[in-house]
Amino acid sequence: MIDFVGKRYLYFLLSLLIIVPGMIATGLHWVQFGTPFALAIDFTGGTNWEIIDIARVPTTDEVRAIYAKYGIRDAVPQPETLEGRQGVLIRSSEVRPEVKEQIAGDLRALLGNFTELRFESAGPSIGTEVSRSAAVAVGLASVAILLFLTYSFRKAPHAFRYGVSAIIAMLHDVLVMLGTASIFSLVLGWQVDALFLTALLTVIGFSVHDTIVVFDRIRENLVRLRGMPFDNVVNHSIMQTLDRSINTSLVVLLTLTALTLFGGVTIQHFVVAMLIGIFSGTYSSIFNAAQILVVWEHGEVGKFFRRLLGRQTQKATA
Amino acid sequence: MRQRTFISLALIVLLAIVCGWLALSNPTITIGDTVRQVQVHLGLDLQGGLRVLLQADVPEGTTIDPDSLKVARDIIERRVNALGVVEPLIQVQGANRIVVELPGIQNPDEAIKVFGGTGLLEFVDAGSNPPAEGELIATTGPSPTNSCSNVVAQSNPTPTPTIAPTDTISPTNAVTNTNPITSTRVFTTIMTGDCLDAASTGVQFDQQTSQPIIGFGLKGDGVKIFGDFTTANVGKYLAIALDKRIISAPVINSPITGGSGVIQGRFTIPEANNLAVQLKFGSLPIPLRIETTTNIGPTLGQDSINRSLIAGAIGIAIVAFFMIFYYRLPGVLAVIALTIYGFIVFTIYKVGIPGLFDFVTLTLPGIAGFILSLGVAVDGNILIFERMKEELRDGRPMALALEAGFERAWPSIRDSNISTLITSLILLWFGSTFGASIVAGFAITLMIGVFVGLFTSVFVTRTFLRFVLDIFPNIGLWWYGVGSLTRRNKSFAPMGE
Repeated sequence: MIDFVGKRYLYFLLSLLIIVPGMIATGLHWVQFGTPFALAIDFTGGTNWEIIDIARVPTTDEVRAIYAKYGIRDAVPQPETLEGRQGVLIRSSEVRPEVKEQIAGDLRALLGNFTELRFESAGPSIGTEVSRSAAVAVGLASVAILLFLTYSFRKAPHAFRYGVSAIIAMLHDVLVMLGTASIFSLVLGWQVDALFLTALLTVIGFSVHDTIVVFDRIRENLVRLRGMPFDNVVNHSIMQTLDRSINTSLVVLLTLTALTLFGGVTIQHFVVAMLIGIFSGTYSSIFNAAQILVVWEHGEVGKFFRRLLGRQTQKATA
Repeated sequence: MRQRTFISLALIVLLAIVCGWLALSNPTITIGDTVRQVQVHLGLDLQGGLRVLLQADVPEGTTIDPDSLKVARDIIERRVNALGVVEPLIQVQGANRIVVELPGIQNPDEAIKVFGGTGLLEFVDAGSNPPAEGELIATTGPSPTNSCSNVVAQSNPTPTPTIAPTDTISPTNAVTNTNPITSTRVFTTIMTGDCLDAASTGVQFDQQTSQPIIGFGLKGDGVKIFGDFTTANVGKYLAIALDKRIISAPVINSPITGGSGVIQGRFTIPEANNLAVQLKFGSLPIPLRIETTTNIGPTLGQDSINRSLIAGAIGIAIVAFFMIFYYRLPGVLAVIALTIYGFIVFTIYKVGIPGLFDFVTLTLPGIAGFILSLGVAVDGNILIFERMKEELRDGRPMALALEAGFERAWPSIRDSNISTLITSLILLWFGSTFGASIVAGFAITLMIGVFVGLFTSVFVTRTFLRFVLDIFPNIGLWWYGVGSLTRRNKSFAPMGE
């Protein structure tokens, strides 16, 4: 039998080993660029313009010179190939439809008659609104799940704790994903876009889904194994659902890996974010969620603060 | 019991055949008068096309009348229809946006010009020397004194409440390169199109000559503006420009002070109709600004389809292999159930759910959602099979273990799927408010996956297992994935160290 409950602080520590570096990366990125991670044009506004079948790869200066004629000074070309066809992705601040054709004309003069693969352009105003409602979406999802779990576990003692513990485990996964997003922004230059938000919200759903299976078993065993200490019931329940947790996650992780390796470049970052999130979700539902219930049952958070702060703050430990 | 199993099985087989047929072929179905071509609707990211999000360009805090947004949508739809695009999509999104999707469009830049134009209709003072029809002109533009819309009247004095040009480029330069202005003359805008009363504008016929003429009515301040100008300029020209292009330059025959008048000319009936439509609908009730543009070339779309198909096939193969390897007989049954799952899901993508939606547009994230929902569907089976194994290890006979496995796994399956539904509903809301159709597409496929997955992993697999148990009541536990026959009570002597 694996000691899931007894070694709980070891598992919490493991989580921190992932989360803390991520948060440091977030801090570093914030200090350097003013945002927690590199944001894509969905949030900041701007244009990604991908063209192929060009005669040659333009230099940064050449591209900048063209864009600068129309008042855009931050164009960055990035060469790429699609099935052996030479192409270039140019990122810049927003290219309005009014000037797009003129820039295209200048680019054609420089690079020959190219094919437009993708043109994505977003104004600056929509981004803040998207971020705000993404936060609202995460908040709403949390509250809805909390209410649902409290209702669903209403017959178990301390029904509310199940909801809160599931939310904490879920926030763990959110932190892991945001942290790795910062690390990937710093190291690989990846950007957080609307698809990342989708991945985040999916992982939230999946993580809670996973946690519920364990909690559901605890609820059942509390009735069946009446008289057994709470710690043992929890450990036993995790043990019983372990095969299922691992198998389900394995199935999802394997399909996601197939998508990462063989799916299009367009969704690669999305799939990787999901892969990390689902992995974290599985970990948190086996090693964190139910353990939080145990910590709560023993009032260990209170004890910890009492020990930390001495006797004077005894009131604040409830 | 036995009879019920057979009826269920027959229903499942029937469903599998119908859905399999609909999913794998593209038949044309005729029910009564409705003829429907059954096919997968690919999103812009897969088949290529243009997507533009237009946003009402009004000062912060101005409330937008939902009706005027709807009218703007209709006007854009009329303009788009003129482009001859197959299956265009024009939708009001949220409180202040309109999304336009044009699949497979050849020339996106031209298209944007046609439907994304401000539709600014201006009556300009042409003096006694009128510009030619079709000529591009420069005008002084709308201002609070020559327009009737409240939006313009409230906004700050910037003279461009319609499409705002990029700060760094003067509008004149921008226009010069693409469409040269033939003269340097700047025309004074007398009145903008929002002073026209659309309801009383239309084609009429001159009672004496039977020639088509365009009658128009004025509203609000327009009556006075138009009256004053025409009184002072009889015999001169009053040109009409749509987005700075002259569509007509009639001469003022007499003062028009009564709030309505006619435009006479040697029009053919279609010409007259055209002009009337432009007068009526040329001008949007609210200024719109292009907020986001996405154009996906057909090459990228095809590449994405190919890659997704490969990834999907590999993903499904892995899942099937794993399930059969690990759960043996139930695994095989689960894979068959999963195949039926695939058929049903694709049938829903193609024909929709009557009363709710007609089809699901398949996008790249949508495919990711489908593949992820495979995992969720399999999870139902895994939960049940694990539970069954436990019951078998506890020494229960197969038939009882089967039923107990389903009964006991149900609360977990139900609760976990409800939580997935909650998040996908929130995703759907999030996606549809911001015109992020990619997010909405993902949420819809995930939701369909959850519902169909519940059906196949619980009902279909259970029927299959009951049926197999009926035919082969005495096959060994090995077939059910329980490693050995030695009784291991996992509850009190758990395995492992």
